[in-house]
Amino acid sequence: MTDQSMRILVAKPGLDGHDRGAKIIARALRDAGMEVIYTGLHQTPEMIAEAAVQEDVDAIGLSILSGAHMTLFPKILDLLRDKGAEEIPVFGGGIIPDEDIQQLKQLGIREVFTPGATTGAIVDWIRENVPARN
Amino acid sequence: MASDPARKHDRESARPPHSTISGMEIDEVYGPDSASGAVGEPGRYPFTRGVYETMYRGKPWTMRQFAGFGSAADTNARFKYLLEHGGDGLSTAFDMPTLMGYDADSDRALGEVGREGVAVSTVDDVAALFDGIRLDQVTTSMTVNCTASILLAMYFVVAERQGCKWSDLGGTIQNDMLKEFIAQKEWISPPAPSLRIVTDMIEFCTREAPRWHPVSISGYHIREAGATAVQELAFTLADGITYVQAAVDRGVDVDEFGPRLSFFFNIHNDFLEEVAKIRAARRLWARTMRERFGAKTDRACLMRTHAQTSGVSLTAQQPLNNVVRVAVQALAGVMAGVQSLHTNSLDETFALPTEEAATVALRTQQIIAEETGVTNTVDPLGGSFAVEALTDRMEAEAQAYIDRIDDMGGMLRAIEIGFPQKEIADSAFTFQVAHDAGEYVTVGVNGYTMESAAAVETLKIGLEIEADQKEKLAAYKAGRDGAAAEAALAAIRSAAAGDDNLMPVVIDAVRAGCTVGEISDVYREVFGVYGDPAWI
Repeated sequence: MTDQSMRILVAKPGLDGHDRGAKIIARALRDAGMEVIYTGLHQTPEMIAEAAVQEDVDAIGLSILSGAHMTLFPKILDLLRDKGAEEIPVFGGGIIPDEDIQQLKQLGIREVFTPGATTGAIVDWIRENVPARN
Repeated sequence: MASDPARKHDRESARPPHSTISGMEIDEVYGPDSASGAVGEPGRYPFTRGVYETMYRGKPWTMRQFAGFGSAADTNARFKYLLEHGGDGLSTAFDMPTLMGYDADSDRALGEVGREGVAVSTVDDVAALFDGIRLDQVTTSMTVNCTASILLAMYFVVAERQGCKWSDLGGTIQNDMLKEFIAQKEWISPPAPSLRIVTDMIEFCTREAPRWHPVSISGYHIREAGATAVQELAFTLADGITYVQAAVDRGVDVDEFGPRLSFFFNIHNDFLEEVAKIRAARRLWARTMRERFGAKTDRACLMRTHAQTSGVSLTAQQPLNNVVRVAVQALAGVMAGVQSLHTNSLDETFALPTEEAATVALRTQQIIAEETGVTNTVDPLGGSFAVEALTDRMEAEAQAYIDRIDDMGGMLRAIEIGFPQKEIADSAFTFQVAHDAGEYVTVGVNGYTMESAAAVETLKIGLEIEADQKEKLAAYKAGRDGAAAEAALAAIRSAAAGDDNLMPVVIDAVRAGCTVGEISDVYREVFGVYGDPAWI
């Protein structure tokens, strides 16, 4: 597949304003040839699920540093399921402890990137794990 | 990914050789001709060498450790622990709903209550937070911005209940809204009305609580968001200029409120750059206050600053190494002459600190103060060819940025068009690309890596706090005079729509039992809601 056909939603759930990581990822994915839709800060799970469906994205990247991931990530997965969009792969990043990562993966979050992950590693993961469109 | 030194030569480097972490190129050697030579004396205008003549010989810096999590009672216990172990100022971290103007029972608070700081919806929560602590006996710092007017009102009402006079209250409220739009991004309403509330608070405190610092002009978050050291310095001072101009336009005397402005800088890894930044900040601010605003007294020109070691510099990999990073950063802060300091805990890349980790952080400051000897002489690095040259350079480059912002029509306008936001995002991205390419080595992350490193214990905050807070809030609302609360909110609505200072009506509303969320809702209604422009 070509990257041009890939649409990625970079979303920032929760109330915290730490958008350094989300913006860096958004630019890196764009530089890697993907189409990026960045939601901006302070999004509710409903806003994110709605945007994913409306924008017909191929994957959703969630960035969170407020500690609310165990509440907000599963809620986003539930809402996607309600909308029949559970096939959209969801990955995440932020300050997320190891034991939470295991649980989130069991719940259906495909991958979680923690501080120190390179932009290249994230681009590679998307290329390998997000199914081709068409 | 291990770093491969050979790789660095394969591509064009994004980082100049021998440059600081901000990408500022450093000379091989500096000499007597490298700096302007106008070093000055400590305690004398323009205060390059420090704000006091005797500095730490006369008075050590305040070891002010930021704390807050869970319920007010949890945080109260941590405050008392820190005070018992030699911490000497309180510093309060609030949770995200409190910081964003939502009560614990709001849908927007879901999953966030008590998680990143202490949960506060009512004046009773603030009373519990400071239970057993006389507010005229400690100095308190409160890190809160778009809801600062409400939290300060709650603090004043609790002080009143304890029998303390407002004029005896010492402390600082961050209340720096401009840097929220630039970097930390906690807001309710757009920039212009936000600036009006900050100005109301400066005016009110100058009159009613003259020992209180009504704004802490903060570079910390600007740096954490990815700014270079020069950008941190320039944007912080440009924010300060905007507040001073707003207060002067209000008719407040610059010599009266000038001494009550305080600053808050980041101390990152690059030792000499950080020392130079703080020294340049003092000189540039002194000159700005005298030459731009005509401050007559030296007191109005001296920049007192708090500093915090850099959160973003800490690594999840090999976390014990963070103790060393924090120690080196803290030493830079002390050698630069800061007035108070927070040292981060080694576990803060995972969660809020455990008591043990917070103790090591405090002990780090105590070791610097008691064991290293650097406090024996004032400005020990003053006169160093390298430090003086870098100080001059930081000042000149920051001034050039401030001039550009002035040309745009000032910082408020610059924020509205996204100038500082985009500059910071560019710097953050440039650094990340260079870091990913191995041009910057972070020990344990992209160099000197290990397969597994010792795990650290982290602080766990249970989800039950959310239900507990909601229950307390419901009981609080049931116990108040609903009509009086409504009337108090109406008074805020009318003051907000006009030009009256908001603080007296917000204080009345707190006395009448109005909550953080209710008062914030009035701000939303009257001033509108700001949305993230989502520039990337």
